[in-house]
Amino acid sequence: MDTISSYMTSDHHRCDELFSQAEAAASGKDWGTIATGLQGFLDSMHHHFKMEEEVLFPAFEEHTGMSMGPTQVMRMEHVQMRELFDAMSDAVKQQDRDEFLGQAETLLVMMQQHNMKEEQMLYLMADRALAGEMEAVLQQMRAVGA
Amino acid sequence: MKLEAGLSFSQAPPIRVPFRFFLSAPLFGLLAALLALWYGPSLMDSRWQPSVLALTHLMTLGFLGMAMVGAMMQMLPVVAGSPVAHPVGVARTVHVLLLPGVLLLAGGFLFGVHWPMRIAMVLLGSGFTVFAVAVGLSLKRASAANPTVVGMRFAVGSLVVTVALGLTLASNYGWDWWLIERVRLTNLHLTWGLLGWIGLLVAGVSYQVVPMFQLTPSYPKLLTRWLTTALFVLLLLWSVVYWLPEGVQEQVTLAVGLTAATIFTVFALVTLRLQLQRRRKQSDVTLLFWRFGMACLLLALALGVAGQVIPALDKMQGDNLVLAFLFIAGFAVSVVNGMLYKIVPFLIWFHLQSLLMGVARVPNMKLIMPEPGMRRQMWLHFAAVPALALSVLWPPLIYPAALLFGASMVLLEINLLNAFRIYQQNAKLAPKGDLSTT
Repeated sequence: MDTISSYMTSDHHRCDELFSQAEAAASGKDWGTIATGLQGFLDSMHHHFKMEEEVLFPAFEEHTGMSMGPTQVMRMEHVQMRELFDAMSDAVKQQDRDEFLGQAETLLVMMQQHNMKEEQMLYLMADRALAGEMEAVLQQMRAVGA
Repeated sequence: MKLEAGLSFSQAPPIRVPFRFFLSAPLFGLLAALLALWYGPSLMDSRWQPSVLALTHLMTLGFLGMAMVGAMMQMLPVVAGSPVAHPVGVARTVHVLLLPGVLLLAGGFLFGVHWPMRIAMVLLGSGFTVFAVAVGLSLKRASAANPTVVGMRFAVGSLVVTVALGLTLASNYGWDWWLIERVRLTNLHLTWGLLGWIGLLVAGVSYQVVPMFQLTPSYPKLLTRWLTTALFVLLLLWSVVYWLPEGVQEQVTLAVGLTAATIFTVFALVTLRLQLQRRRKQSDVTLLFWRFGMACLLLALALGVAGQVIPALDKMQGDNLVLAFLFIAGFAVSVVNGMLYKIVPFLIWFHLQSLLMGVARVPNMKLIMPEPGMRRQMWLHFAAVPALALSVLWPPLIYPAALLFGASMVLLEINLLNAFRIYQQNAKLAPKGDLSTT
Protein backbone atom coordinates (compact mmCIF):
# COMPACT_ATOMS: atom_id res chain seq x y z
CA MET A 1 0.00 0.00 0.00
CA ASP A 2 1.22 3.47 -0.84
CA THR A 3 2.07 6.00 1.81
CA ILE A 4 2.41 9.72 1.22
CA SER A 5 6.18 9.22 1.39
CA SER A 6 6.36 6.43 -1.15
CA TYR A 7 3.86 8.01 -3.53
CA MET A 8 5.44 11.46 -3.52
CA THR A 9 9.01 10.16 -3.54
CA SER A 10 8.35 8.14 -6.65
CA ASP A 11 6.81 11.22 -8.23
CA HIS A 12 10.06 13.08 -7.45
CA HIS A 13 11.91 10.38 -9.33
CA ARG A 14 9.57 10.72 -12.27
CA CYS A 15 10.30 14.47 -12.35
CA ASP A 16 14.07 13.79 -12.08
CA GLU A 17 13.88 11.45 -15.05
CA LEU A 18 12.12 14.09 -17.15
CA PHE A 19 14.67 16.66 -16.00
CA SER A 20 17.58 14.55 -17.22
CA GLN A 21 15.83 14.03 -20.56
CA ALA A 22 15.26 17.77 -20.96
CA GLU A 23 18.86 18.52 -20.06
CA ALA A 24 20.20 15.83 -22.38
CA ALA A 25 18.06 17.20 -25.22
CA ALA A 26 19.85 20.53 -24.82
CA SER A 27 23.08 19.03 -26.15
CA GLY A 28 21.33 18.57 -29.52
CA LYS A 29 20.76 21.25 -32.13
CA ASP A 30 17.02 21.12 -32.54
CA TRP A 31 15.38 23.78 -30.40
CA GLY A 32 11.98 22.21 -31.06
CA THR A 33 13.06 19.00 -29.33
CA ILE A 34 14.59 20.99 -26.48
CA ALA A 35 11.35 22.94 -26.03
CA THR A 36 9.31 19.70 -26.00
CA GLY A 37 11.67 18.12 -23.47
CA LEU A 38 11.45 21.16 -21.22
CA GLN A 39 7.66 21.25 -21.49
CA GLY A 40 7.38 17.59 -20.44
CA PHE A 41 9.52 18.27 -17.41
CA LEU A 42 7.74 21.50 -16.45
CA ASP A 43 4.34 19.79 -16.72
CA SER A 44 5.47 17.12 -14.28
CA MET A 45 6.73 19.77 -11.86
CA HIS A 46 3.59 21.89 -12.02
CA HIS A 47 1.53 18.79 -11.40
CA HIS A 48 3.68 17.81 -8.42
CA PHE A 49 3.47 21.31 -6.90
CA LYS A 50 -0.29 21.30 -7.41
CA MET A 51 -0.67 18.00 -5.52
CA GLU A 52 1.30 19.49 -2.64
CA GLU A 53 -0.13 22.99 -2.57
CA GLU A 54 -3.76 22.04 -3.14
CA VAL A 55 -4.03 18.75 -1.26
CA LEU A 56 -1.11 17.66 0.88
CA PHE A 57 -0.01 20.94 2.49
CA PRO A 58 -3.52 22.12 3.45
CA ALA A 59 -4.34 18.69 4.91
CA PHE A 60 -1.08 18.69 6.85
CA GLU A 61 -1.59 22.22 8.10
CA GLU A 62 -5.13 21.48 9.19
CA HIS A 63 -4.09 18.39 11.16
CA THR A 64 -1.01 19.77 12.84
CA GLY A 65 -2.01 23.41 13.20
CA MET A 66 1.43 24.29 11.76
CA SER A 67 0.71 26.74 8.99
CA MET A 68 3.92 28.74 9.34
CA GLY A 69 6.17 25.69 9.69
CA PRO A 70 7.71 23.35 7.13
CA THR A 71 4.95 23.74 4.55
CA GLN A 72 5.56 27.48 4.48
CA VAL A 73 9.27 26.92 3.74
CA MET A 74 8.34 24.45 1.00
CA ARG A 75 5.90 26.90 -0.57
CA MET A 76 8.62 29.56 -0.64
CA GLU A 77 10.99 27.18 -2.35
CA HIS A 78 8.29 26.39 -4.91
CA VAL A 79 8.20 30.11 -5.71
CA GLN A 80 11.98 30.10 -6.14
CA MET A 81 11.79 27.10 -8.47
CA ARG A 82 9.03 28.68 -10.52
CA GLU A 83 11.39 31.58 -11.23
CA LEU A 84 13.92 29.07 -12.52
CA PHE A 85 11.26 27.45 -14.72
CA ASP A 86 10.61 30.86 -16.27
CA ALA A 87 14.32 31.49 -16.75
CA MET A 88 14.70 28.12 -18.50
CA SER A 89 11.73 28.82 -20.77
CA ASP A 90 13.16 32.24 -21.63
CA ALA A 91 16.51 30.65 -22.48
CA VAL A 92 14.77 28.27 -24.89
CA LYS A 93 12.89 31.15 -26.50
CA GLN A 94 16.16 33.01 -26.99
CA GLN A 95 17.92 29.79 -28.07
CA ASP A 96 20.67 30.46 -25.53
CA ARG A 97 22.20 27.09 -24.72
CA ASP A 98 24.66 28.21 -22.03
CA GLU A 99 21.97 30.12 -20.20
CA PHE A 100 19.65 27.11 -20.44
CA LEU A 101 22.26 24.69 -19.06
CA GLY A 102 23.26 27.13 -16.32
CA GLN A 103 19.65 27.56 -15.22
CA ALA A 104 19.14 23.78 -15.43
CA GLU A 105 22.16 23.16 -13.21
CA THR A 106 20.84 25.69 -10.69
CA LEU A 107 17.37 24.18 -10.73
CA LEU A 108 18.77 20.67 -10.26
CA VAL A 109 20.58 21.56 -7.03
CA MET A 110 17.64 23.65 -5.78
CA MET A 111 15.18 20.88 -6.57
CA GLN A 112 17.30 18.12 -5.06
CA GLN A 113 17.90 19.89 -1.76
CA HIS A 114 14.18 20.68 -1.65
CA ASN A 115 13.23 17.05 -2.32
CA MET A 116 15.66 15.90 0.31
CA LYS A 117 13.96 18.01 2.96
CA GLU A 118 10.55 16.76 1.88
CA GLU A 119 11.51 13.10 1.69
CA GLN A 120 13.38 13.08 4.97
CA MET A 121 11.17 15.32 7.00
CA LEU A 122 7.90 16.61 5.67
CA TYR A 123 6.53 13.46 4.04
CA LEU A 124 7.40 11.37 7.08
CA MET A 125 5.66 13.90 9.31
CA ALA A 126 2.68 13.83 6.94
CA ASP A 127 2.58 10.02 7.02
CA ARG A 128 2.10 10.28 10.77
CA ALA A 129 -0.17 13.27 10.95
CA LEU A 130 -2.46 11.97 8.21
CA ALA A 131 -2.29 8.26 9.07
CA GLY A 132 -6.06 8.16 9.68
CA GLU A 133 -6.99 9.35 6.22
CA MET A 134 -4.05 8.24 4.15
CA GLU A 135 -6.24 6.70 1.44
CA ALA A 136 -8.43 9.77 1.11
CA VAL A 137 -5.45 12.11 0.79
CA LEU A 138 -3.80 9.84 -1.77
CA GLN A 139 -7.10 9.65 -3.69
CA GLN A 140 -7.32 13.42 -3.82
CA MET A 141 -3.73 13.74 -4.97
CA ARG A 142 -4.22 11.16 -7.71
CA ALA A 143 -7.27 13.10 -8.85
CA VAL A 144 -5.25 16.30 -9.35
CA GLY A 145 -5.22 17.09 -13.04
CA ALA A 146 -2.20 18.16 -15.02
CA MET B 1 11.16 11.44 14.51
CA LYS B 2 10.64 14.34 16.82
CA LEU B 3 8.28 17.13 16.01
CA GLU B 4 10.49 19.98 17.23
CA ALA B 5 13.07 19.04 14.60
CA GLY B 6 10.34 19.74 12.08
CA LEU B 7 9.60 23.14 13.51
CA SER B 8 13.13 24.32 12.94
CA PHE B 9 12.95 23.08 9.39
CA SER B 10 14.28 26.28 8.00
CA GLN B 11 16.17 27.88 5.20
CA ALA B 12 19.95 27.86 5.03
CA PRO B 13 22.05 29.70 7.65
CA PRO B 14 23.38 33.16 6.67
CA ILE B 15 25.90 33.01 3.85
CA ARG B 16 28.80 34.25 5.97
CA VAL B 17 28.53 31.14 8.16
CA PRO B 18 30.02 28.72 5.62
CA PHE B 19 31.92 31.29 3.55
CA ARG B 20 34.33 32.42 6.21
CA PHE B 21 35.52 28.80 6.34
CA PHE B 22 35.48 28.18 2.58
CA LEU B 23 37.52 31.28 1.79
CA SER B 24 40.15 30.41 4.42
CA ALA B 25 40.68 26.79 3.34
CA PRO B 26 42.75 27.26 0.14
CA LEU B 27 45.07 29.72 1.91
CA PHE B 28 46.19 26.89 4.20
CA GLY B 29 46.69 24.67 1.16
CA LEU B 30 48.87 27.41 -0.32
CA LEU B 31 50.88 27.69 2.90
CA ALA B 32 51.44 23.93 2.83
CA ALA B 33 52.69 24.17 -0.76
CA LEU B 34 55.08 27.01 0.13
CA LEU B 35 56.39 24.98 3.05
CA ALA B 36 56.98 22.01 0.74
CA LEU B 37 58.92 24.27 -1.66
CA TRP B 38 61.02 25.63 1.19
CA TYR B 39 61.94 22.25 2.65
CA GLY B 40 62.12 20.42 -0.69
CA PRO B 41 63.38 16.82 -0.93
CA SER B 42 64.34 16.72 2.77
CA LEU B 43 60.62 16.23 3.51
CA MET B 44 60.99 12.59 2.43
CA ASP B 45 63.59 11.76 5.08
CA SER B 46 61.13 10.87 7.83
CA ARG B 47 57.52 11.40 8.73
CA TRP B 48 58.52 12.56 12.22
CA GLN B 49 60.25 15.72 11.03
CA PRO B 50 58.78 19.04 12.22
CA SER B 51 58.39 20.15 8.60
CA VAL B 52 56.26 17.10 7.73
CA LEU B 53 54.14 17.49 10.86
CA ALA B 54 53.56 21.18 10.10
CA LEU B 55 52.70 20.45 6.48
CA THR B 56 50.30 17.64 7.35
CA HIS B 57 48.41 19.78 9.85
CA LEU B 58 48.16 22.73 7.48
CA MET B 59 46.43 20.34 5.07
CA THR B 60 44.24 18.38 7.49
CA LEU B 61 43.28 21.11 9.97
CA GLY B 62 43.76 24.05 7.67
CA PHE B 63 42.38 23.05 4.30
CA LEU B 64 40.20 20.04 5.12
CA GLY B 65 39.18 21.12 8.61
CA MET B 66 38.04 24.58 7.51
CA ALA B 67 36.14 23.30 4.48
CA MET B 68 34.50 20.41 6.33
CA VAL B 69 33.45 22.49 9.33
CA GLY B 70 31.90 25.11 7.03
CA ALA B 71 30.20 22.53 4.83
CA MET B 72 28.79 20.65 7.79
CA MET B 73 27.23 23.75 9.33
CA GLN B 74 25.72 24.53 5.96
CA MET B 75 24.45 21.05 5.21
CA LEU B 76 22.92 20.00 8.52
CA PRO B 77 19.55 21.69 7.91
CA VAL B 78 19.27 20.00 4.51
CA VAL B 79 20.71 16.54 4.98
CA ALA B 80 19.75 16.06 8.63
CA GLY B 81 16.77 18.42 8.85
CA SER B 82 18.36 19.90 11.94
CA PRO B 83 20.24 23.21 11.77
CA VAL B 84 22.97 24.24 14.20
CA ALA B 85 21.60 26.65 16.80
CA HIS B 86 23.06 30.19 16.80
CA PRO B 87 24.97 29.51 13.56
CA VAL B 88 26.51 32.99 13.25
CA GLY B 89 27.97 33.03 16.74
CA VAL B 90 29.15 29.42 16.56
CA ALA B 91 30.77 29.93 13.16
CA ARG B 92 32.52 33.11 14.26
CA THR B 93 33.81 31.57 17.49
CA VAL B 94 35.02 28.36 15.84
CA HIS B 95 36.66 30.22 12.97
CA VAL B 96 38.37 32.79 15.17
CA LEU B 97 39.77 30.02 17.42
CA LEU B 98 40.82 27.55 14.73
CA LEU B 99 42.44 29.96 12.29
CA PRO B 100 45.28 31.18 14.55
CA GLY B 101 45.29 27.77 16.26
CA VAL B 102 46.36 25.99 13.07
CA LEU B 103 49.01 28.61 12.28
CA LEU B 104 50.49 28.47 15.78
CA LEU B 105 50.49 24.67 15.73
CA ALA B 106 52.40 24.64 12.45
CA GLY B 107 54.76 27.31 13.82
CA GLY B 108 55.22 25.35 17.03
CA PHE B 109 56.24 22.27 15.08
CA LEU B 110 58.57 24.17 12.76
CA PHE B 111 60.44 26.25 15.30
CA GLY B 112 60.30 23.84 18.22
CA VAL B 113 59.27 26.65 20.56
CA HIS B 114 56.98 25.93 23.52
CA TRP B 115 54.68 28.92 23.75
CA PRO B 116 53.04 28.77 20.27
CA MET B 117 52.33 25.10 20.85
CA ARG B 118 50.69 25.79 24.21
CA ILE B 119 48.52 28.60 22.82
CA ALA B 120 47.64 26.44 19.81
CA MET B 121 46.46 23.68 22.15
CA VAL B 122 44.10 26.06 23.94
CA LEU B 123 42.77 27.56 20.69
CA LEU B 124 42.30 24.27 18.83
CA GLY B 125 40.97 22.45 21.87
CA SER B 126 38.34 25.09 22.57
CA GLY B 127 37.52 25.69 18.89
CA PHE B 128 36.81 22.02 18.23
CA THR B 129 34.92 21.70 21.51
CA VAL B 130 32.54 24.50 20.52
CA PHE B 131 32.10 22.92 17.07
CA ALA B 132 31.58 19.39 18.40
CA VAL B 133 29.04 20.52 21.02
CA ALA B 134 27.08 22.70 18.56
CA VAL B 135 27.01 20.08 15.82
CA GLY B 136 26.53 17.27 18.32
CA LEU B 137 23.38 18.91 19.71
CA SER B 138 22.02 19.37 16.22
CA LEU B 139 22.75 15.73 15.33
CA LYS B 140 21.16 14.58 18.57
CA ARG B 141 17.89 16.20 17.53
CA ALA B 142 18.06 14.70 14.03
CA SER B 143 16.47 11.40 13.07
CA ALA B 144 18.64 8.34 13.61
CA ALA B 145 16.79 6.59 10.80
CA ASN B 146 18.81 8.71 8.40
CA PRO B 147 22.13 6.99 7.52
CA THR B 148 23.80 10.34 6.82
CA VAL B 149 22.99 11.46 10.37
CA VAL B 150 24.50 8.21 11.70
CA GLY B 151 27.64 8.71 9.60
CA MET B 152 27.96 12.31 10.77
CA ARG B 153 27.57 11.31 14.42
CA PHE B 154 30.37 8.78 14.11
CA ALA B 155 32.48 11.32 12.22
CA VAL B 156 32.07 13.91 14.98
CA GLY B 157 32.81 11.21 17.58
CA SER B 158 35.99 10.39 15.66
CA LEU B 159 36.89 14.08 15.54
CA VAL B 160 36.61 14.28 19.33
CA VAL B 161 38.92 11.24 19.72
CA THR B 162 41.36 12.69 17.16
CA VAL B 163 41.50 16.06 18.90
CA ALA B 164 41.92 14.48 22.35
CA LEU B 165 44.80 12.34 21.08
CA GLY B 166 46.23 15.31 19.22
CA LEU B 167 46.22 17.46 22.35
CA THR B 168 47.97 14.72 24.28
CA LEU B 169 50.62 14.47 21.60
CA ALA B 170 50.98 18.24 21.31
CA SER B 171 51.56 18.52 25.06
CA ASN B 172 54.67 16.50 24.33
CA TYR B 173 55.91 19.44 22.25
CA GLY B 174 54.54 22.16 24.50
CA TRP B 175 56.33 20.84 27.55
CA ASP B 176 59.49 18.81 27.38
CA TRP B 177 58.21 15.60 28.84
CA TRP B 178 58.70 12.36 26.97
CA LEU B 179 55.59 10.47 25.99
CA ILE B 180 56.51 6.79 25.98
CA GLU B 181 53.58 5.71 23.81
CA ARG B 182 54.24 8.44 21.27
CA VAL B 183 54.35 6.20 18.17
CA ARG B 184 51.24 4.27 19.09
CA LEU B 185 49.31 7.39 20.01
CA THR B 186 50.37 9.06 16.78
CA ASN B 187 49.14 6.10 14.75
CA LEU B 188 45.85 6.16 16.63
CA HIS B 189 45.57 9.93 16.19
CA LEU B 190 46.04 9.81 12.44
CA THR B 191 43.83 6.76 11.94
CA TRP B 192 40.93 8.34 13.83
CA GLY B 193 41.46 11.58 11.95
CA LEU B 194 41.82 10.19 8.45
CA LEU B 195 39.57 7.12 8.46
CA GLY B 196 37.19 8.30 11.18
CA TRP B 197 36.58 12.03 10.83
CA ILE B 198 37.33 12.33 7.10
CA GLY B 199 36.39 8.84 5.88
CA LEU B 200 33.12 8.51 7.80
CA LEU B 201 32.02 12.05 7.00
CA VAL B 202 32.67 11.57 3.28
CA ALA B 203 30.81 8.24 3.33
CA GLY B 204 27.83 9.63 5.25
CA VAL B 205 27.56 12.71 3.06
CA SER B 206 27.98 10.67 -0.15
CA TYR B 207 24.75 8.80 0.52
CA GLN B 208 22.96 12.06 -0.18
CA VAL B 209 25.12 14.10 -2.49
CA VAL B 210 26.17 11.44 -5.01
CA PRO B 211 22.57 10.63 -6.02
CA MET B 212 21.64 14.31 -5.72
CA PHE B 213 24.13 15.97 -8.06
CA GLN B 214 24.27 13.36 -10.81
CA LEU B 215 20.86 11.69 -10.44
CA THR B 216 22.38 8.28 -9.80
CA PRO B 217 20.48 5.40 -8.20
CA SER B 218 20.63 5.38 -4.38
CA TYR B 219 23.34 3.54 -2.49
CA PRO B 220 22.24 -0.01 -1.56
CA LYS B 221 20.25 -0.01 1.74
CA LEU B 222 22.46 -2.70 3.22
CA LEU B 223 25.53 -0.52 2.68
CA THR B 224 24.08 2.71 4.05
CA ARG B 225 22.72 0.91 7.09
CA TRP B 226 25.95 -0.79 8.14
CA LEU B 227 29.00 0.78 6.57
CA THR B 228 29.73 3.69 8.91
CA THR B 229 28.74 1.72 12.01
CA ALA B 230 31.00 -1.19 11.03
CA LEU B 231 33.92 1.13 10.38
CA PHE B 232 33.45 2.95 13.66
CA VAL B 233 33.40 -0.37 15.55
CA LEU B 234 36.55 -1.45 13.70
CA LEU B 235 38.27 1.79 14.70
CA LEU B 236 37.33 1.12 18.33
CA LEU B 237 38.62 -2.46 18.08
CA TRP B 238 41.80 -1.31 16.44
CA SER B 239 42.39 1.16 19.27
CA VAL B 240 42.01 -1.51 21.93
CA VAL B 241 44.17 -4.00 20.08
CA TYR B 242 47.13 -1.74 20.80
CA TRP B 243 47.00 -2.71 24.41
CA LEU B 244 46.86 -6.48 23.79
CA PRO B 245 49.97 -8.63 24.35
CA GLU B 246 52.55 -8.29 21.53
CA GLY B 247 52.07 -11.77 20.10
CA VAL B 248 48.34 -11.49 19.41
CA GLN B 249 48.54 -7.86 18.47
CA GLU B 250 49.96 -8.27 15.02
CA GLN B 251 47.40 -10.75 13.72
CA VAL B 252 44.45 -8.86 15.17
CA THR B 253 45.74 -5.56 13.81
CA LEU B 254 46.16 -7.11 10.40
CA ALA B 255 42.65 -8.62 10.46
CA VAL B 256 41.04 -5.35 11.57
CA GLY B 257 43.06 -3.36 9.04
CA LEU B 258 42.14 -5.67 6.19
CA THR B 259 38.46 -5.59 7.08
CA ALA B 260 38.42 -1.80 7.26
CA ALA B 261 40.28 -1.56 3.95
CA THR B 262 37.79 -3.96 2.35
CA ILE B 263 34.84 -1.89 3.55
CA PHE B 264 36.33 1.35 2.22
CA THR B 265 37.12 -0.42 -1.06
CA VAL B 266 33.49 -1.50 -1.36
CA PHE B 267 32.41 2.08 -0.68
CA ALA B 268 34.70 3.51 -3.37
CA LEU B 269 33.69 0.87 -5.94
CA VAL B 270 29.98 1.30 -5.26
CA THR B 271 30.36 5.08 -5.59
CA LEU B 272 32.14 4.75 -8.93
CA ARG B 273 29.55 2.27 -10.15
CA LEU B 274 26.62 4.51 -9.15
CA GLN B 275 28.24 7.38 -11.01
CA LEU B 276 28.46 5.21 -14.11
CA GLN B 277 24.72 4.56 -13.81
CA ARG B 278 23.84 8.23 -13.53
CA ARG B 279 20.78 9.42 -15.38
CA ARG B 280 22.25 12.84 -15.90
CA LYS B 281 24.45 12.74 -18.96
CA GLN B 282 26.23 16.06 -18.38
CA SER B 283 29.70 15.41 -17.03
CA ASP B 284 30.96 18.08 -14.69
CA VAL B 285 33.92 19.12 -12.62
CA THR B 286 32.44 17.80 -9.39
CA LEU B 287 31.92 14.37 -10.92
CA LEU B 288 35.50 14.28 -12.21
CA PHE B 289 36.89 15.39 -8.84
CA TRP B 290 34.94 12.61 -7.13
CA ARG B 291 36.08 9.95 -9.57
CA PHE B 292 39.67 11.05 -9.19
CA GLY B 293 39.24 11.04 -5.41
CA MET B 294 37.78 7.53 -5.37
CA ALA B 295 40.61 6.26 -7.61
CA CYS B 296 43.18 7.74 -5.20
CA LEU B 297 41.35 6.18 -2.25
CA LEU B 298 41.44 2.77 -3.93
CA LEU B 299 45.14 3.14 -4.71
CA ALA B 300 45.92 4.25 -1.15
CA LEU B 301 44.01 1.26 0.24
CA ALA B 302 45.77 -1.16 -2.12
CA LEU B 303 49.21 0.21 -1.23
CA GLY B 304 48.34 0.25 2.47
CA VAL B 305 47.28 -3.39 2.45
CA ALA B 306 50.27 -4.41 0.31
CA GLY B 307 52.58 -2.62 2.75
CA GLN B 308 51.07 -4.57 5.66
CA VAL B 309 51.65 -7.87 3.90
CA ILE B 310 55.02 -7.15 2.25
CA PRO B 311 57.30 -5.24 4.65
CA ALA B 312 59.83 -4.39 1.90
CA LEU B 313 57.14 -2.44 0.06
CA ASP B 314 56.34 -0.59 3.26
CA LYS B 315 59.92 0.67 3.39
CA MET B 316 59.82 1.79 -0.22
CA GLN B 317 56.72 3.84 0.46
CA GLY B 318 58.86 6.03 2.67
CA ASP B 319 57.18 5.76 6.06
CA ASN B 320 53.72 5.81 4.49
CA LEU B 321 54.25 9.24 2.96
CA VAL B 322 52.87 7.95 -0.35
CA LEU B 323 49.71 6.90 1.46
CA ALA B 324 49.44 10.31 3.07
CA PHE B 325 49.73 12.12 -0.26
CA LEU B 326 47.20 9.80 -1.91
CA PHE B 327 44.71 9.86 0.94
CA ILE B 328 44.91 13.52 1.93
CA ALA B 329 45.69 15.33 -1.32
CA GLY B 330 44.35 12.68 -3.69
CA PHE B 331 41.17 11.52 -1.96
CA ALA B 332 40.08 14.04 0.69
CA VAL B 333 41.12 17.30 -1.02
CA SER B 334 39.59 16.19 -4.35
CA VAL B 335 36.24 15.29 -2.83
CA VAL B 336 36.08 18.51 -0.82
CA ASN B 337 37.20 20.59 -3.80
CA GLY B 338 34.52 19.02 -6.00
CA MET B 339 31.87 19.68 -3.37
CA LEU B 340 32.91 23.33 -3.01
CA TYR B 341 32.23 23.82 -6.71
CA LYS B 342 28.60 22.82 -6.20
CA ILE B 343 27.96 24.28 -2.77
CA VAL B 344 29.51 27.72 -3.32
CA PRO B 345 27.73 28.77 -6.56
CA PHE B 346 24.47 27.29 -5.33
CA LEU B 347 24.57 29.13 -2.02
CA ILE B 348 25.37 32.41 -3.72
CA TRP B 349 22.48 31.91 -6.12
CA PHE B 350 20.16 30.83 -3.30
CA HIS B 351 20.89 33.78 -1.05
CA LEU B 352 20.81 36.28 -3.91
CA GLN B 353 17.51 34.95 -5.11
CA SER B 354 15.84 35.36 -1.74
CA LEU B 355 17.28 38.89 -1.51
CA LEU B 356 16.35 39.95 -5.00
CA MET B 357 13.01 38.22 -5.48
CA GLY B 358 10.96 40.51 -7.71
CA VAL B 359 13.77 43.11 -7.91
CA ALA B 360 16.29 41.67 -10.33
CA ARG B 361 17.11 38.38 -12.00
CA VAL B 362 19.95 36.45 -10.39
CA PRO B 363 22.82 35.04 -12.50
CA ASN B 364 22.72 31.24 -12.80
CA MET B 365 25.25 28.96 -11.11
CA LYS B 366 27.43 28.66 -14.20
CA LEU B 367 27.73 32.43 -14.45
CA ILE B 368 28.59 32.64 -10.75
CA MET B 369 31.26 29.93 -11.06
CA PRO B 370 32.34 29.63 -14.71
CA GLU B 371 33.31 26.20 -15.97
CA PRO B 372 36.70 27.12 -17.60
CA GLY B 373 38.15 28.44 -14.33
CA MET B 374 37.06 25.33 -12.45
CA ARG B 375 38.53 23.07 -15.14
CA ARG B 376 41.90 24.82 -15.14
CA GLN B 377 42.15 24.41 -11.38
CA MET B 378 41.02 20.79 -11.61
CA TRP B 379 43.78 19.90 -14.08
CA LEU B 380 46.41 21.56 -11.92
CA HIS B 381 45.22 19.44 -9.01
CA PHE B 382 45.12 16.26 -11.10
CA ALA B 383 48.73 16.90 -12.12
CA ALA B 384 49.85 17.80 -8.60
CA VAL B 385 48.64 14.61 -6.87
CA PRO B 386 50.61 12.00 -8.88
CA ALA B 387 53.67 14.27 -8.77
CA LEU B 388 53.38 14.51 -4.97
CA ALA B 389 53.02 10.72 -4.61
CA LEU B 390 55.94 10.00 -6.94
CA SER B 391 58.17 12.54 -5.19
CA VAL B 392 58.47 10.01 -2.36
CA LEU B 393 60.32 7.73 -4.79
CA TRP B 394 62.23 10.59 -6.45
CA PRO B 395 62.45 13.49 -3.98
CA PRO B 396 63.46 16.33 -6.38
CA LEU B 397 60.01 15.93 -7.94
CA ILE B 398 58.64 17.68 -4.84
CA TYR B 399 59.51 21.06 -6.43
CA PRO B 400 57.24 20.83 -9.48
CA ALA B 401 54.68 18.92 -7.39
CA ALA B 402 54.48 21.66 -4.76
CA LEU B 403 54.38 24.35 -7.46
CA LEU B 404 51.44 22.62 -9.14
CA PHE B 405 49.63 22.15 -5.84
CA GLY B 406 50.25 25.74 -4.80
CA ALA B 407 49.04 27.03 -8.17
CA SER B 408 45.91 24.91 -7.85
CA MET B 409 45.20 26.38 -4.41
CA VAL B 410 45.72 29.94 -5.66
CA LEU B 411 43.32 29.33 -8.52
CA LEU B 412 40.78 27.76 -6.19
CA GLU B 413 40.92 30.82 -3.95
CA ILE B 414 40.54 33.12 -6.97
CA ASN B 415 37.55 31.13 -8.22
CA LEU B 416 35.87 31.30 -4.81
CA LEU B 417 36.63 35.02 -4.41
CA ASN B 418 35.30 35.85 -7.89
CA ALA B 419 32.09 34.04 -7.07
CA PHE B 420 31.83 35.83 -3.75
CA ARG B 421 32.36 39.18 -5.48
CA ILE B 422 29.34 38.41 -7.68
CA TYR B 423 27.36 37.88 -4.50
CA GLN B 424 28.47 41.20 -3.04
CA GLN B 425 27.81 43.14 -6.24
CA ASN B 426 24.32 41.74 -6.67
CA ALA B 427 23.41 41.92 -3.00
CA LYS B 428 23.78 45.72 -3.24
CA LEU B 429 20.69 45.74 -5.47
CA ALA B 430 18.55 44.40 -2.64
CA PRO B 431 15.98 46.66 -1.01
CA LYS B 432 17.48 48.17 2.15
CA GLY B 433 17.02 46.21 5.37
CA ASP B 434 17.02 42.79 3.74
CA LEU B 435 20.76 42.33 4.04
CA SER B 436 20.47 41.55 7.72
CA THR B 437 18.74 38.27 6.95
CA THR B 438 21.61 36.78 4.97
